[in-house]
Amino acid sequence: MKADIILAGVGGQGILSIAAILGVAALENDLYLKQAETHGMSQRGGAVVSHLRISDKPIASDLIPMGNADLILSVEPMESLRYLPYLSPLGYVVTNTTPFVNIPNYPEVDKVMNEIRSLPRFVAIDADQIAKETGNSKVSNVVMLGAASPFIDLDFEKIEDGIRSIFARKGEEMVELNLKALRAGRKFAEENR
Amino acid sequence: MQKHLFLGVEAIGQGAIDGGMSGVYAYPGTPSTEITEFIQENELAEQRNIHRQWSANEKTAYEAALGMSYAGKRAMVCMKHVGLNVAADAFVNSAMTGINGGLIVTVADDPSMHSSQNEQDSRFYGRFAMVPVLEPSNQQEAYDMARNGFQLSEKAGVPVMLRITTRMAHSRAGIIRKDVLEENQLRLPHDPKQFILLPAIARRRYNLLLQSQDAFLQMSEESEYNKYLDGPDKSLGIVACGISFNYLMECFDGQCPYPVVKVSQYPLPAKMIKRLRLECNQLLVLEEGAPLVEEMLKGFFDESSIIKGRLDNTLPRAGELNPDLVAKALGLEVQSGMPVPEVVANRPPALCQGCGHQDVYRAMNEALAEYGRGRVFSDIGCYTLGALPPYETISTCVDMGASITMAKGAADAGLIPAVAVIGDSTFAHSGITGLLDAVNEKANMTIVISDNESVSMTGGQDSSAYGKIETICQGVGVDPAHIHVIIPLRKNHEEMVELFRKELAYEGISVIIPRRECIQRASRRKRNKA
Ligand SMILES: Cc1ncc(C[n+]2csc(CCOP(=O)(O)OP(=O)(O)O)c2C)c(N)n1
Repeated sequence: MKADIILAGVGGQGILSIAAILGVAALENDLYLKQAETHGMSQRGGAVVSHLRISDKPIASDLIPMGNADLILSVEPMESLRYLPYLSPLGYVVTNTTPFVNIPNYPEVDKVMNEIRSLPRFVAIDADQIAKETGNSKVSNVVMLGAASPFIDLDFEKIEDGIRSIFARKGEEMVELNLKALRAGRKFAEENR
Repeated sequence: MQKHLFLGVEAIGQGAIDGGMSGVYAYPGTPSTEITEFIQENELAEQRNIHRQWSANEKTAYEAALGMSYAGKRAMVCMKHVGLNVAADAFVNSAMTGINGGLIVTVADDPSMHSSQNEQDSRFYGRFAMVPVLEPSNQQEAYDMARNGFQLSEKAGVPVMLRITTRMAHSRAGIIRKDVLEENQLRLPHDPKQFILLPAIARRRYNLLLQSQDAFLQMSEESEYNKYLDGPDKSLGIVACGISFNYLMECFDGQCPYPVVKVSQYPLPAKMIKRLRLECNQLLVLEEGAPLVEEMLKGFFDESSIIKGRLDNTLPRAGELNPDLVAKALGLEVQSGMPVPEVVANRPPALCQGCGHQDVYRAMNEALAEYGRGRVFSDIGCYTLGALPPYETISTCVDMGASITMAKGAADAGLIPAVAVIGDSTFAHSGITGLLDAVNEKANMTIVISDNESVSMTGGQDSSAYGKIETICQGVGVDPAHIHVIIPLRKNHEEMVELFRKELAYEGISVIIPRRECIQRASRRKRNKA
């Protein structure tokens, strides 16, 4: 089993919370994991990326070689396109459609969406809207993880367990909310892939 | 066995605690900051009351760590690569004094300059000071080196450098912890003169350091971190330093056909390298940072093109390595996915919405309009983003503290007005002595200490000048009539512009302190309270 995942977003959007859930899921299943993160200057509203690698064999490089990612999971539409050179010919792009506009020259959203729709394999999801419907706009990242889950070679239950152990100390209500968000994201992806 | 999912920096923090460290000393700097933060939040560190407060700068941190070593205990000092420039005097001379308790200096380099002014390679400093250098290839080694580095330092009798790079610092992997070692007891140095570098003693110490070089080499040859890995294809031999070893293994799925010397401890294991040279037709050197090993192997006269690496463009001369660059250097095919579509715009970092530095720059720009551009010297921190649109207020960012001193030099040259913009932590780090120079010479300049009561660029650590800035300025000799505190808010804009105008026109030293807490820090504080 191997999953090479590029997580993309903007500094402050919390992409590492997604990585943390997958990290726990991987470790608790005795899988190997390497995860390169962006810290530092870019966290001030710049483009941030994390290379997340999960495998049942030891992993050498902390960085994913180009053309090898199974999945680009982006919490922002334009950012989903920035790392296309990493995507394997059979890989999926799963992206949130809500733009994060903090630069004056942000392109027209339609142009960005056209590029995404021209990709061979993608899921474009309004995670912010689905999160709101779930009951809390703050769980949009977990909605995104749910939407990406069909393309990650890990049992869905393991990801659910990851959520349980990450949110346990915040109480049962938070666990349930996040599980609901995860499932809502997955459902959307399965219906719109 | 239980695995812990640790960033490289966290592995080092845990390793140091488990290695019996009694104190960590540091000034924040990406990518080294989280080592100290990890220790600050660690339960065992709290139980043991391990020293873990921030220091004012890297030099004070280094010297305090050396003092703890003098007293017989184990200490680690952490910094980013440019921090070692600040601490270099202490570092180089501590190789002369040697240590008592084990001392590790952990230095985090930033090739490709993700968050730094340059990409200097700290291994040069290690070689310069003639001490052993450790360079982990993975997080487990990072843990092991931090844990066992104190013993290595005690055995070698000198500080040991632990050199990491951004990728190692900020990449996570499962690591296995080992037993927790006891701390050392308080114990004065055996030789009461060891730490007195008067020439007569210093010469003796230097001879000892020179004589120790053979022993350090022997330690490298026998180090568990250095390995000769044979391979069937002798057309090429590879020297893979630190994390580059992983990129090499990635290219061959863990089965490299060429002989490899994996280097994770310096001085270079000469015997292994010589064997590689004897057995292989060509050598490829993979190293993160500068071509230090490559230059050593090539020397001055070798034009045989046997040695490949960054100097002959087999690899790029600058920037960090990755599996694709290494694959290309090995003549392997690199598969790239689709190109980045043209609509994708750059997204550089920016000041946060509502940040006080923004109000400062808006007011300064208005007040400075009548003088023209090019008169504002600045420094390193979030406020450096004032160099970018829409502000473009500042003209310099060189090294911590350089705003005040460069403005003074420009004022000496006759530039009017000469303005410095510096953050509160940078002021504490290296601004105060420059201000003293300016006061002593009655320089004509305006100093803006943009005080967000936090070391924000590195994640909001406590600033060591908190609550003391006006007192420091007065103590250094600035006229209290020209020290002003103002709250940088949009509603105070006119008042700020007026104040800047007045003080820019004043012939002498003025200090303006716009003070409002960093909004990130404020919201973190509120969250933690809730
Ligand atoms: C010698 C050195 N040490 C550390 C750093 C890392 N560093 C860059 S900016 C900064 C924080 C500056 O804090 P402050 O002056 O208060 O400005 P703020 O970011 O809060 O606006 C630090 C620690 C550096 N660049 N150089």
